[in-house]
Amino acid sequence: MDLCFLSTNITSFVADPLSHEFMRKALLMSSLVAAVCGFLSSYLTLKGWALMGDAVSHSVMPGVVVAYALGLPFSLGAFIFGVGSVALIGFVKQKSRVKEDTVIGLVFTGFFALGIVLVSKIKSNIDLHSILFGSPLGISLSDVKQTVFISLLVVILLSVFRKDLILYCFDPRHAKTVGINVLFLHYLLLTCLSLAAVVGLQSVGIVLVVAMLITPGATAYLLTDKFDNMTIISVISAIISSVFGIYFSFWFDLETGGSIVLVQTFIFLFAFLFAPRYGIFKFKKLFSSY
Amino acid sequence: MDELNYKSYRIEAENICVDYHGKVALYDANLRLKAGQICGLVGMNGAGKTTFFNALTGFVNISKGKIRINGESLRIAQQDQSIAYVPQSEGIDSQFPVSVWDVVMMGRYGSMNILRSPRESDIQAVKDAIERVDLMELSSTPIGNLSGGQRKRTFLARAIAQRASILLLDEPFAGVDIRTEKLISELFIQFKNEGKTILLSTHDMIHVREFCDLVLLINKTVVAYGETSEVFTPENITSTFGGMSPDVLFGPES
Repeated sequence: MDLCFLSTNITSFVADPLSHEFMRKALLMSSLVAAVCGFLSSYLTLKGWALMGDAVSHSVMPGVVVAYALGLPFSLGAFIFGVGSVALIGFVKQKSRVKEDTVIGLVFTGFFALGIVLVSKIKSNIDLHSILFGSPLGISLSDVKQTVFISLLVVILLSVFRKDLILYCFDPRHAKTVGINVLFLHYLLLTCLSLAAVVGLQSVGIVLVVAMLITPGATAYLLTDKFDNMTIISVISAIISSVFGIYFSFWFDLETGGSIVLVQTFIFLFAFLFAPRYGIFKFKKLFSSY
Repeated sequence: MDELNYKSYRIEAENICVDYHGKVALYDANLRLKAGQICGLVGMNGAGKTTFFNALTGFVNISKGKIRINGESLRIAQQDQSIAYVPQSEGIDSQFPVSVWDVVMMGRYGSMNILRSPRESDIQAVKDAIERVDLMELSSTPIGNLSGGQRKRTFLARAIAQRASILLLDEPFAGVDIRTEKLISELFIQFKNEGKTILLSTHDMIHVREFCDLVLLINKTVVAYGETSEVFTPENITSTFGGMSPDVLFGPES
């Protein structure tokens, strides 16, 4: 193939979508959302909150619907139901003999079902499909403002309490022993999780938002032994996934949310196989033996 | 050590009870320890040893009774950095991406500002602590790459960096190498001379006789408490371990 032709091809692959305003907006917003979720992801994977992330992200559904119906910011509704679901999980677990993972599954599917029923009952302009699967290409101006605001808030919270949160994930008992407010950190992380789920669902939708919250962290965990590096790798891999996912979705006419998450999964797979120390093929070991 | 400090109790636990959602884990437990005392906490798995530690660190709330640390409430003790807890190996995610230095620095968090940015004094305290457990050359190593004994020393260094007057150690000798065991033994003697109070749980009866001035035998409640030479008798041990003979306990496993 002619090299010149190839290069124009690549240029147009990159540049063409950028000529559309909705694509520029989608790329920017999704990268922002991915960065926030990726940031949080390193905490959640280490805390072992993957299932909790799944639960919270599904449970925000009725909150989103009710908020839309009442004309409130949908992040508010989502937040209330996100934190509410965790409180309910804690309550049911404490008051019954049912095991925790069962309670989590039970509560979040219940909330999720409530959300779906509400959508079908409240005849408004809510598009079920865009809630379930995301609509980064059709993001509105008020959504942009809200996303930017929430993203900044989460990043500031996670940065200010960074070291405390690491300690909380690592050894909450020590945190308690030296007088750090563990309960506050628990709810802080939970709040960030709910907020990140809210912004994440715009990109990839409720069904897949949990991937945004765990896959980048899991990928990074395989690649480093330093928490700071883990966060950086997590954020970068999340942003790359978003950008490539959106490009693929544009060129091959794919569902955007699914496309973003699929790229993330492939990056994870790559790390799973080829990570220097923790991959299946331990390249470092191979090299160092020579 | 001044007279007053010596006379007052470092740890005072009076009739404490802990229950988890209606299940009693510990009841009517008493303990009084002074400065410079080393006390062994002995009991079966599930006898409430970790629960006792959890109560003393404030990690679980007691449903009855009273805990005083240096004559103050637990909350004040936490703020004063009075208690340090050294977890047992299984209680820690050994793959967590933090280095020896990071972990030891966590011992200083309680006395730092909200961003936990280390001052010169914090850095010095961490350095000193890591040197005392002989891990200086490994200070930037991730804890996942350490041996069990090195990891144990890391958490011991965290407790040293915290400069607590009371050390609670959950199974400090479990799964450690001989070098670590020797180092921990030496540190215990130093701690004692520094006037620190130590409460340690162990399965190993030999360690109890070796280090502990006092012993607390528990099985959901206190079975016996007092000077090791008086209390640590075969009869008491048998009743602590639910009727099992000490021969079984002193067998190859323990």
